[in-house]
Amino acid sequence: MRATLAALSGGILFGAGLALSDMINPARVLAFLDLAGTWDPTLALVMAGAVLASAVGYIVARRLQRPWFGTSFFIPENRRLDRQLIAGAALFGAGWGLVGFCPGPALAALIFGLWQPWLFAAAMLIGMALQRMVGAAGRHSPGATSAGHP
Amino acid sequence: MIAPFSIGYALGGGLLIGGAASLLLLLTGRIAGISGLVARVATIADSGPPWRLAAAFVAGLPIGTALVARFVRQPHIEVTSSVPLLIAGGLLVGFGTRLGSGCTSGHGVCGIGRLSPRSIVATLTFMVAGFATVFITRHMLVGG
Repeated sequence: MRATLAALSGGILFGAGLALSDMINPARVLAFLDLAGTWDPTLALVMAGAVLASAVGYIVARRLQRPWFGTSFFIPENRRLDRQLIAGAALFGAGWGLVGFCPGPALAALIFGLWQPWLFAAAMLIGMALQRMVGAAGRHSPGATSAGHP
Repeated sequence: MIAPFSIGYALGGGLLIGGAASLLLLLTGRIAGISGLVARVATIADSGPPWRLAAAFVAGLPIGTALVARFVRQPHIEVTSSVPLLIAGGLLVGFGTRLGSGCTSGHGVCGIGRLSPRSIVATLTFMVAGFATVFITRHMLVGG
């Protein structure tokens, strides 16, 4: 229960950060990605602040035996740079550049009653399900590993 | 028209985002990777945190956004993409984030924060792909 409430608080803070920094506005994100147009540096600064704050959390976490409301830390330890990672990131970046939404902002933007974030989010879920079906079909070969976490 | 660029909102929002990721990590031991959490909520992920935890985090996103919209700053959302582009973009983002094990939050914010080589490579890759896509759609396909 406490962990669930902690996760809810984390989600609220995260959503607040997305709105405050204007990352929920696809036009703002596309303006950052448009190097040849009127470039908007917002996303770079948001990333800088976010990486800094997440690094502090990670440094603290490394000194702890376990999280406050949990039994252990689940931090990805995979260091392999494989084809799935690169291909997946490239496809994601292409979709991101087409619309200006990545998963977090698309979900946060659902609140405004616009239809576009809903359509995007529905397509995103279908894309996720498709990847799982394709992945399951290809997993009979022992060399293929499932994706897991970042 | 997008509002003028604001250093304070950008940095402040970024610190909130990273702080939220730190809070989730320190309190629950989980990485705030939104694509992974969403897949978990939709029960299309093989691994990840308990469903309730993932659902609580994902539900918090629009709540936090609504709170800022109500009390701090009314965001202006401008989606210019056509229906086919929204669908194609959503499909690519969904498929790609699962294949590549993460998105802007899991790889970009959390992964780079702990200097994960996979996340650094993934972030550079999706950034370059994003730059290239916008360059093609805005400067090569449109005769402008």
